Amino acid sequence: MIQVLLERYRQGFRTGAFPRLEPVLPERFRGLPIFGGCPANCRECETTCPFGACQVVDSQVIVDLGRCLFCADCPACVHGRLSFSTEYRLAADRREGLRYGGGTYSPAEGLEPKLKKLFGRSLKLRQVSAGGCNGCEADCNVLGTLVFDLGRFGIQFVASPRHADGILVTGPVNENMRSALLDTYAAIPEPKIVIASGACAISGGPYQESTEGCRGVSELVPVDLFVPGCPPHPYTLLDGLLRMLGKRK
Amino acid sequence: MTESVYLKNGGMTPVAAIPRLEYGDFGQAIVTQVQKGQARVAAYFAVLSDEPGAVLEIFAILARERHGDLAVFRTLVGERFESLTPNCSQVHLFEREIAEQFGVIPEGHPWLKPVRFHRSWRPDHDAWGRDPAAHPLVGDLDFYRIDGDGVHEVAVGPVHAGVIEPGHFRFQCYGETVMHLEISLGYQHRDLERMLLGGPHPATPSQIETIGGDSTVAHMSAYSKVIEGLTGCPAPARAKAIRALGLELERLANHVGDLGALSGDVGFLPTASYCGRLRGDYLNMTAHLCGSRFGRGLVRPGGVLFDLQSSLSARILAALEDCEANTIGAIRLFFDTPSVLSRLEGIGRLSRSAAEDLGLVGVAAKACGVPRDCRFFFPTGIYQQEFDELITDENGDVFARARVRSREVEVSLGLVRRILGNLPKGETMIPMGPLPPESLAVTLVEGWRGEVVHVGLTDGTGSFRRYKIVDPSFHNWSGLALALRDQQISDFPLCNKSFNLSYAGFDL
Ligand code: SF4
Repeated sequence: MIQVLLERYRQGFRTGAFPRLEPVLPERFRGLPIFGGCPANCRECETTCPFGACQVVDSQVIVDLGRCLFCADCPACVHGRLSFSTEYRLAADRREGLRYGGGTYSPAEGLEPKLKKLFGRSLKLRQVSAGGCNGCEADCNVLGTLVFDLGRFGIQFVASPRHADGILVTGPVNENMRSALLDTYAAIPEPKIVIASGACAISGGPYQESTEGCRGVSELVPVDLFVPGCPPHPYTLLDGLLRMLGKRK
Repeated sequence: MTESVYLKNGGMTPVAAIPRLEYGDFGQAIVTQVQKGQARVAAYFAVLSDEPGAVLEIFAILARERHGDLAVFRTLVGERFESLTPNCSQVHLFEREIAEQFGVIPEGHPWLKPVRFHRSWRPDHDAWGRDPAAHPLVGDLDFYRIDGDGVHEVAVGPVHAGVIEPGHFRFQCYGETVMHLEISLGYQHRDLERMLLGGPHPATPSQIETIGGDSTVAHMSAYSKVIEGLTGCPAPARAKAIRALGLELERLANHVGDLGALSGDVGFLPTASYCGRLRGDYLNMTAHLCGSRFGRGLVRPGGVLFDLQSSLSARILAALEDCEANTIGAIRLFFDTPSVLSRLEGIGRLSRSAAEDLGLVGVAAKACGVPRDCRFFFPTGIYQQEFDELITDENGDVFARARVRSREVEVSLGLVRRILGNLPKGETMIPMGPLPPESLAVTLVEGWRGEVVHVGLTDGTGSFRRYKIVDPSFHNWSGLALALRDQQISDFPLCNKSFNLSYAGFDL
């Protein structure tokens, strides 16, 4: 027992100051893209990004954060005009909201007031992993550790869909998980919310060309929160969850 | 001695140089070498063949620990051929995989069931005669069943209670005791190997990095070494050292996380919470290195994308300083607590002979006293000089698997320090030329779960004709099924956690 207490003392207090203080992310962290100053009439990034994340509309580049994998060797811009900032607050309410054309990015504003009131103080989520790589699951799990301490925000992952207010989906929803996902969704009582976490769940991510489905969850059920990244940084996810509930602006 | 080509880890050979044996001799060569303990099956895969009378060409890659090399040979087969599994269990799943992919029948296979539930890669040829127009129903198989008084069946999954990947477990129980566990996977299948065909494509690196998202550095290092082997351009020494750093940080994060998870499963919360957060600290060190907690973007063919300046080295070293004592303390507390030990010892025991027969690798094999570690037997890069501490344990139970992890944590901490203190000078990336036609390269990398095997086979134009991935989980899931025999069903979560296998890496 004494050993347990001594060790407890040595390990110290580790819960982060978030959301009171902004987290300090590593310098090399790749968040919101920075681009601009493109040569006239250039549309090369539309074809060079293997995941179709770039589009040029009225000579304005639009990066779809739902398709972007934030690659370290981003092949999209052959002119070297695309890089990444450390801005991690990337979650959006609508799929459209992830289409970023530069300048200030407006992250999610949250659920409609009625739902905020209903779930704002207690949100139970069932996680469904559907064909991804386990990266997203791992960094979702991490929110339960004492650094993030998800429970202090009233958010909890539960075992049964019957006890849940919504699902958090990771993975591109491949053929073999489609019906299990739909069954889980159906088992959750109304009103319910859906969170698509990670490029896979939003758009199919690296697997969008697969023969096994893999086009993301919004093809099957309506989504209330999109969290970009491959995988999303735990703070991106946490920030998104808090915005959804109206606990962060 | 059978005719074959012998390759070093990362070596390449023109396909024409690989001897093509008669199927009988091919089978004989594998069975005798494996039975004598001279070799084990590291990879075994097929490609379509246009030789007259043949349907497939099968390649076998045998790892020979004693020689530190890999024997490669091949054979041709038709629609039906004699299964090798009755005489060599190490190929049991490889044969099932080939049957599922190409709709051929290994005759006499004692357990010929689908592996991942996908359509056959050869339209209109299905090993189970299923409707070619429809996608096979996942989990639709003839589960092994035991009948009798007091015998009952428990089905779990695919969606589990925690934040984990999907899989289906079918237990045959007598009271609380598990007589048999059958594990049916494929829920994470996304057809990865076929997406790599004709490549390397621009999307290939991202797909390789997400074979198993917790083993990004291991898989990406294996892939990069395949490309470097094929082109004959090895990565610079500095890049190899940085890769090793990434690999050891990956091992630290996962081993520490697993020890925490085991601790949580036996209800010992102090170590569970310390290790949960320490795992994150190791992930953050990787993020300092390359921006991603999972090592995404660190490794690429030709080297690494991120250099380690001395200021960054110092920073990682300082972070390590902070973590090391806490890690050792948290783990010591775990192993010093009698109530913890009593929950680990003797649970989920696997014999050494079962581990050898199944060809288990990594932590699961080492815990049964089977020496398996590519860093030791097939070393490349810094492991040639820096690694001599092969860890094994004896009892093959949950305790042994935990202890292998804790001892490997200590070894990895030392390695990380040595790498940071002694980084070779020079460049971190060299350009890669095009891949040579009709060639094959094999690499083994010791990921934290065990041996990751990648094989690249090019066609006449230097594109991938086949790219074979063997995640350690491919071998080891069968080990978990066996370890559950005669155990209490309530000990399943603990046993499962002690293996902590990848679903995505298995399902591909
Ligand atoms: S988005 Fe990336 S990290 Fe998440 S499951 Fe998909 S491949 Fe893995």
